[in-house]
Amino acid sequence: MSLRLEGVSYRYAGSTATVLSGVDLVVERGEVVGLVGANEAGKTTLCLVAAGLAPATIGGRLVGTVHIDDLSTAVARPFELAQRCGTLFQNPATQLSGTAPTVWEEIAFGPRNLALPLAEVVARVEEAVRLLAIGDLVRRDPARLSGGQAQLIALAGVLALRPSYLILDEPTSQLDPQGTRLVGDALAALAAHANVGVLIVEHKTDLLAGLASRVAVIEAGRLVAGGPAADTLADERLPGWGVQPPAPVRLARAAAAAGVSLG
Amino acid sequence: MTADRPTGSPPSPPDFVLQAPSGAYLSLNPATKLLVAAVEVEAAFLVGTWTGPVLVLLLVLASAAIAGVLPRLAVIVAVTVPIVASIMLINGFLYPGAVDVIVRIGPLAPSVSGFQFGLQITLRLLAASLALAVAYLATRTDDLLSDLERRGFGRRATYVIGSAIETVPRTVDRAAEIVDAQRSRGLDTEGRWWRRARGIVPLAAPVVFGALTEVEERTMALEARAFSTPGPRTVLRVLPDSTPQRLGRYVLLLALVAMIVGRITGPLAVLP
Repeated sequence: MSLRLEGVSYRYAGSTATVLSGVDLVVERGEVVGLVGANEAGKTTLCLVAAGLAPATIGGRLVGTVHIDDLSTAVARPFELAQRCGTLFQNPATQLSGTAPTVWEEIAFGPRNLALPLAEVVARVEEAVRLLAIGDLVRRDPARLSGGQAQLIALAGVLALRPSYLILDEPTSQLDPQGTRLVGDALAALAAHANVGVLIVEHKTDLLAGLASRVAVIEAGRLVAGGPAADTLADERLPGWGVQPPAPVRLARAAAAAGVSLG
Repeated sequence: MTADRPTGSPPSPPDFVLQAPSGAYLSLNPATKLLVAAVEVEAAFLVGTWTGPVLVLLLVLASAAIAGVLPRLAVIVAVTVPIVASIMLINGFLYPGAVDVIVRIGPLAPSVSGFQFGLQITLRLLAASLALAVAYLATRTDDLLSDLERRGFGRRATYVIGSAIETVPRTVDRAAEIVDAQRSRGLDTEGRWWRRARGIVPLAAPVVFGALTEVEERTMALEARAFSTPGPRTVLRVLPDSTPQRLGRYVLLLALVAMIVGRITGPLAVLP
């Protein structure tokens, strides 16, 4: 059981530029895979394709195949995909429904769309709230949240769908260090205990170093490196791809360059 | 969140979600409020020349006071001031065929009938817009959508309605943010009117283009949250309704038709 992209190339509707080229990527259930790369390397596009939103919702031309378990995104309907694969976008403001009066109801938006029994909706909302420790926000108006809070609520809304896979596009970009740690812990718990497969795009390589089992590097629409997180994040070519290595790697390199032994 | 729930009972939404609005106007079913607003809008335009708009305005102000939204209504009235001023000026000074001209100043001929007509139009517009505003301010969007969906409106149609309603405050907030950003970069948006006018373009362009960009992102986000699942959504709370209200809605529907007939056949047109 896995999320699989095989030989995937993609270009947006109305454009002749190929944004993804020959991408092969597998995310198994229960593992966290990090995706790093410079701006405009194709990370967000890869997320949209992996989630089945491109080309189904936004058009464009896809070559290759994307499977979420046994379901091909080429034939699946969006709501079928949503139940298997939760997607969090970069901008939390556009991910909120805009019609819910409270955060609690905002998180319930997805489960309600699935027409689940009320008790199940409640259980899912409460689980997401507990996982992200956002109990003090549930009464608030979603339109009056800070960027970081909105990001947590958007993530909670995705978690409440209880998907088998999560595709997260910079889920901690607006979070402070504490919020970032919280999200990291929540994702690790989901992968370990709920067997959720996670594909996470992140610029914070320190987070990935502690969270991801594997990391892939994308440059100009191609996966140029990939493997165990520790190895990939220590790759000397990383800065050349526009990615900052984690702090321990930078420290070790700086020490080595200065001839200092860190023991 | 679950602390108040008796042991063994099935999970239910927290009280602040289930809590029905209280008060004579707030507790009305969203469909009732919507129909009341529709009747008020129609009456403002079809009943007499002064009778309809004045009665509707009084009714709207009373409902706003009962619903506790009177202060927020004042903000809407303030926003309409430029429109009201332009209506009064254009009609007052340029009313065609006026025989009661007060004084001629070149091409301008301010007249009593012109100002009267301007006032009539203003009252009608004000009454109609405030009637809709009271219904909006006194209804939770989510309740309105749930009710419309329960009555057979499609999920997409109801979301478009809800989203359009919520777009107004969101756009106002965004415009305020953009004004702050533009002012921090040196754009002068205060002072004389031409300076304010000059600030409209750098304000309007980001608001409009930002809203258009958001449409695609929102569409994807909705799909990612299973919005296109067929069938009705889970209902969180039972909306208030009653037999008198249901009967009242039939009466309001009849009133909508009766006013059109009354206007065409004459009785409503002859009222002052």
